[in-house]
Amino acid sequence: MTDSALRELADDPSSRKRFFKMLGGAGAVSAFSVALAACGGDDDESSSAKPAPAPKSADSNSDLEILNYALTLEFLEADFYAKVIDSGLVKDPKVASIAKKFGSTEQEHVDALIATIKKLGGKPVSAPKTKFQPTLDKGLMATLEVAADVENLGASAYLGQAGNIKNKEVLAAALAIHTVEARHAAALNELVGRGFGDGKGGLKGSLPDGPFAKPMDMAAVLAAVKPFLA
Amino acid sequence: MASSRLLVAPELAAIKVHGMTRESFLLRSTLAGAAAYGTLSATGLVTKALADSSSGDVEILNFALTLEFLEAEFYTQAADKVKGLSDDETKLTEKLRDDEKAHVDALTATIKKLGGEPVAKPEFDFGGAFGNRATYLKTSNTLEDTGVSAYNGAAPMIKSGEVLGAAGSIVQIEARHAALIRLARNKPPAPSAFDKASDMEAVLAAIKPFIKA
Repeated sequence: MTDSALRELADDPSSRKRFFKMLGGAGAVSAFSVALAACGGDDDESSSAKPAPAPKSADSNSDLEILNYALTLEFLEADFYAKVIDSGLVKDPKVASIAKKFGSTEQEHVDALIATIKKLGGKPVSAPKTKFQPTLDKGLMATLEVAADVENLGASAYLGQAGNIKNKEVLAAALAIHTVEARHAAALNELVGRGFGDGKGGLKGSLPDGPFAKPMDMAAVLAAVKPFLA
Repeated sequence: MASSRLLVAPELAAIKVHGMTRESFLLRSTLAGAAAYGTLSATGLVTKALADSSSGDVEILNFALTLEFLEAEFYTQAADKVKGLSDDETKLTEKLRDDEKAHVDALTATIKKLGGEPVAKPEFDFGGAFGNRATYLKTSNTLEDTGVSAYNGAAPMIKSGEVLGAAGSIVQIEARHAALIRLARNKPPAPSAFDKASDMEAVLAAIKPFIKA
């Protein structure tokens, strides 16, 4: 990385504003969930007939579940980068700068998801207790490889939920995060020297699935992150 | 009820379709339809048009196909013409070419499956983009970032869950391409915490210089 590139790694304060703009501001989201409650879920024949008197519809409940799932993953990623930086493992200023930038991005995702969950009338989950010390003990390379795995996992996890999200504005927001996870994943896999990967799936490589990314469902993702949960 | 969702999100309803807002586009074709049928009210036809899942999806898929044609042709020519690439950069160029070709094939097949007609491949002119390594990589960077914002902008408009899944599967690859090209340029691979979403009009304006016919 050149110095000018490193300067560009500085935080982009406009991006969070963009996220909220995408959500249409505070009023739009809550108005949206009420509107959805009034018309019921169009993907579910059984619920579309009956009016929903409650402010939260089944649709917004399932979106809240997905948002809390995403929040758990983002908590995990943000905590991992924070611990990597605190560990002092990273000596190279260029690698340190990427770890800091990716870590601050994950923290922005955490903050945005919490705000979105609250706006939809839900309760954000609390941060999970994590277990990254065994990874850190294996040294810098092993640690960066786990980060590369986790980012591939994050991208697959978001892709796995895109079709389940009911609120179009929540979907737009999730897509905006999804491609950032994909960028992180490609960059870290490239930086640890894995190349493109075999194109057959799995978490190794900058393009591990070939020309079409594969989604992962919640159960598979939760099983994969379980070793990092205390 | 699918249409209500779009209509209560004004930003989404206002997304441009080929230079017109989706609403005005539907309204125009619907008014023509109402004139032809006479007895039906235009309002009813608008509701029906908005609820018709496949016509809007085909239009979005054809928009994506145009982008993928552009990218596939760009890397096909780059692999032949650009001098001074490292071995890794040559391998990346060939990989990007093959991925974009796979996207063209998949989108073409999906459009046909939905009963639509795939757009013809436009003629492209990339000007001086292949003159040297730096210009090529910079243009590639722009195209990939534009691709990400185009899919992210259009995806929430997609009605079919299957089509949305396909678009998501492709946009993730575009984002990975963008990150790899950015690394090759010594640029931050993920400059923002949230990727941009662009409407069709902005994307078409960005790619217009490369389209001859």
